[in-house]
Amino acid sequence: MEHIRTTKVEQVKLLDRFATNNKSLTGTLYLTATHLLFIDSLQKETWILHHHIASVEKLALTTSGCPLVIQCKNFRIVHFIVPRERDCHDIYNSLLQLSKQAKYEDLYAFSYNPKQNDSERLQGWQLIDLAEEYKRMGVPNSHWELSDANQEYKICETYPRELYVPWTAKKTVIVGSSKFRSKGRFPVLSYYHQDKKAAICRCSQPLSGFSARCMEDERLLEAISKANPVNCYMYVVDTRPKLNAMANRAAGKGYENEDNYSSIRFQFVGIENIHVMRSSLQKLLEVNGTKGLSVNDFYSGLESSGWLRHIKAVMDAAIFLARAIMVENASVLVHCSDGWDRTSQVCSLGSLLLDSYYRTIRGFMVLIEKDWISFGHKFSERCGHLDGDPKEVSPVFTQFLECVWHLTEQFPQAFEFNEAFLLQIHEHIHSCQFGNFLGNCQKEREELKLKEKTYSLWPFLLEDQKKYLNPLYSSKSHRFIVLEPNTVSFNFKFWRNMYHQFDQTLHPRQSVFNIIMNMNEQNKQLEKDIKDLESKIKQRKNKQTDDILTKELLHSVHPESPTLKTSLRFKEQTRLPVNDSLRTIEGSSPADNRYSEYAEEFSKSEPAVVSLEYGVARMTC
Amino acid sequence: MEFAELIKTPRVDNVVLHRPFYPAVEGTLCLTGHHLILSSRQDNTEELWLLHSNIDAIDKRFVGSLGTIIIKCKDFRIIQLDIPGMEECLNIASSIEALSTLDSITLMYPFFYRPMFEVIEDGWHSFLPEQEFKLYSSATSQWRLSYVNKEFAVCPTYPPIVIVPESIDDETLRKVATFRHGGRFPVLSYYHQKSKRVIMRSGQPLTGTNGRRCKEDEKLINATLRAGSRGYIIDTRSLNVAQQARAKGGGFEQEAHYPQWRRIHKSIERYHILQESLIKLVEACNDQTHNMDRWLSKLEASNWLTHIKEILTAACLVAQCIDREEASVLIHGTEGTDSTLQVTSLAQIILEPRSRTIRGFEALIEREWLQAGHPFQQRCAQSAYCNTKQKWEAPVFLLFLDCVWQILRQFPCSFEFNENFLIMLFEHAYASQFGTFLGNSESERCKLKLQQKTMSLWSWVNQPSKLSKYTNPLFEANNLVIWPSVAPQSLLLWEGI
Repeated sequence: MEHIRTTKVEQVKLLDRFATNNKSLTGTLYLTATHLLFIDSLQKETWILHHHIASVEKLALTTSGCPLVIQCKNFRIVHFIVPRERDCHDIYNSLLQLSKQAKYEDLYAFSYNPKQNDSERLQGWQLIDLAEEYKRMGVPNSHWELSDANQEYKICETYPRELYVPWTAKKTVIVGSSKFRSKGRFPVLSYYHQDKKAAICRCSQPLSGFSARCMEDERLLEAISKANPVNCYMYVVDTRPKLNAMANRAAGKGYENEDNYSSIRFQFVGIENIHVMRSSLQKLLEVNGTKGLSVNDFYSGLESSGWLRHIKAVMDAAIFLARAIMVENASVLVHCSDGWDRTSQVCSLGSLLLDSYYRTIRGFMVLIEKDWISFGHKFSERCGHLDGDPKEVSPVFTQFLECVWHLTEQFPQAFEFNEAFLLQIHEHIHSCQFGNFLGNCQKEREELKLKEKTYSLWPFLLEDQKKYLNPLYSSKSHRFIVLEPNTVSFNFKFWRNMYHQFDQTLHPRQSVFNIIMNMNEQNKQLEKDIKDLESKIKQRKNKQTDDILTKELLHSVHPESPTLKTSLRFKEQTRLPVNDSLRTIEGSSPADNRYSEYAEEFSKSEPAVVSLEYGVARMTC
Repeated sequence: MEFAELIKTPRVDNVVLHRPFYPAVEGTLCLTGHHLILSSRQDNTEELWLLHSNIDAIDKRFVGSLGTIIIKCKDFRIIQLDIPGMEECLNIASSIEALSTLDSITLMYPFFYRPMFEVIEDGWHSFLPEQEFKLYSSATSQWRLSYVNKEFAVCPTYPPIVIVPESIDDETLRKVATFRHGGRFPVLSYYHQKSKRVIMRSGQPLTGTNGRRCKEDEKLINATLRAGSRGYIIDTRSLNVAQQARAKGGGFEQEAHYPQWRRIHKSIERYHILQESLIKLVEACNDQTHNMDRWLSKLEASNWLTHIKEILTAACLVAQCIDREEASVLIHGTEGTDSTLQVTSLAQIILEPRSRTIRGFEALIEREWLQAGHPFQQRCAQSAYCNTKQKWEAPVFLLFLDCVWQILRQFPCSFEFNENFLIMLFEHAYASQFGTFLGNSESERCKLKLQQKTMSLWSWVNQPSKLSKYTNPLFEANNLVIWPSVAPQSLLLWEGI
């Protein structure tokens, strides 16, 4: 609180970001300990979390007041005009202080209280259990086992305690290998494909320099490829561009020499480093912020930012992984420099392509927990949670979410969650409201006692699950259905709902998803109604069994509804001006398969008008 | 001329068909007068039936005795046929070439096509101007039907029946026609019931360099205004182009002579610029190198989305004039047969809920494109793959459909039809078994006796069994004016192609 000098400023104007005529809303600006709040004359509230603020800028004084531009990490940009310069200066200084905290303990998560008791909090943290997850994948098994080598974070500080390695790899091999790998991140299991007996493993770059070798490391890689009984070779994927990897050799790091390792096939996939990604996003945002942007400027800006090229590179690498496992039955070892940025992207996306479990809401949480949080993606540094080195900030995780979004666009039925889920997760990696994404590795999180002092995000997302469901999802699909995305360039589009999520004017005015969701809600309600009514009829029947009228009524209702169940589909229901009786009948079909029914209808779009007419005719007679 | 003369080899076995994103099919290739047919002669495999008129360009290649023909279609498909035997391949190629470039319209497939379905409703009579006018006449008495163009004498590109202000007699119309490009005097395009304002369209006024004026013309368009109110003239050319047009006898309305009208120039490109844009776009789409930067720069260089944006912006402006400013609008470009129609019809999509239904949209195309004299035959003769560039070819109609699609994407629940419907219209505009899009104007269509000799597309589409394929399941009628966003971030590339 000591940073806040002015808590309330009146007559503040909020400018429309894209309007050329300086259209604005007037309202009052409030500054609280955690949020910046703007209430305009229409009583609409805009809340901005201090942790979301990426930069605050005070522009030159104008006749109408002092302009203050706030850019947020969730791509919101607000432009205030504060009438008095003093106030503006106070707010500016307060925001600068509040948005960049020096200590973890000052972050919102440590003061956030969602009114849960300790056991609920603990339950929340136990919701996602990685040991469970490895069990689901089918490890430990005859080839892979749990290693206790890193139980006390002695071998690698940035890895989790529990690690899975080939059972043939003894502790000496692991220790030896870890000494040969950057930051001690030796090769461990990330995903095991039960059907193909092939694995995705991850590590950091070897400290090979120009000629160094390490017998233990070579043995460990051999053990990994031997752990796959089907295929005798494995791929080693270096996600860096070749040039970068070569440059690393001069610093005593580098990449595996195919001659030294017995059964590897080495491959570069060329994803750029965090600094390139950061400036790429910066360029992209600059282009998008332009007022009166022309189509050509937009596309040339999009091109020169290189953003979509980077997204495609990540996607291509993940597809390489999925193909190696599906087509060649080969295990893959992935690394970049330190093995926590590009490696996380590629391993998690690869698993997502291979295993449909990760395309469910809970599975996606598990995936993030496993490949990102536990394997030490440096969330706090990459998201700039604390006032740290700006060069460590990079949108690596955002890119991962964007890749997933592209997949949801190409496979609208394959994902249980929708875009809102991705956006919500993106919101919270920066919000510091929950403990999940604080810190840079598991060890640091334990030291911060996050599980005792903060709450986990996942139970809150699960509670709101309804909002994040994809109505087109068809859950029937087999577990190992592989997604094979098409990477022709025109399939890569600008993600407007991410980078312009707060610019209302740019979005379509009608959302198919909302409408389908609302309809589902209505259907459920009507379904309940019909059940109530039916039970009432039954009650009556019991009371007045001799009443002929009721009998007739029952007679007409019951035999008919099963036929209508099958004849009426969601599609017709939405197309026609629906009256309530029609909906009620539709509502009587089993609720759980309606999504898939609808989805089928969508893909087939086959005429069913006749059956509908039949249905209506039966209804009215 | 017999088609048989052109077909040297009617049948070849063991031909392999390659299509992008599909597995290869081996089968027998047959050539008929109008189709290229490939069938694998197996159960439940689909056959390829390709209209010769759909073929835009073909390439031949030889590897040993195996010949390859690459056929590029007007609907942007590219198919490849591997034909064993040099001679057969050459014969097939030359036959296709000859058959796909027939000169005479009356040899086209629509004249030979016999429908396999029962005609429930004859599409030629589905959207008669008299019926359409009834919708307006119940709301206003300011307008009347005029039969002045009965024999296509006054304006060769107008239909026989047009809607004009009640107070203007046919004699005046004849005089006005001499003052407008191509005789296209201002006629009613759309009457907005809510604001009681109208959209009119015409050809450019023939003011020439000496600023000729025409009292009747001024009287005609002023008759549509109420006392004291002002209207807008939207010129779809830039001021520069409009000024240059004066040297060729054309021009624009001078403020001095039309004091009640405010003129706005909204530049929309035409002709070969659009055609080149489409060629570049399709080339970019077919680039298989998977290179992101190249794709983006090519997409940008094609300018296609810029054109979309220009057209949508102009249409929104018109809709704004009508709905918000409550002012009537007159739209023209040079001839008033291309960009003018794009703008008038899109403005109606924005303003009028009826035009967002299937029938309403069909009526709109019938009225604003076919009867209004958009030269389909000329504009759609060739598509993106053709090398010989004709001055009058332009994907004007495709651009319009793309704009509709953009609005559809932004308002997915406001349209009764879906994307397939738009694609179907696009395909039929370029190559069809129906006579609807043949000819350049009503008068040509009359001369060709299309109504008697060919089927109308609408007869086919409006069958209930066909319609369901084109129906949007999410349609809920709404009576609102829809305002699309024209920011570049909101415009997408239409993948339907």
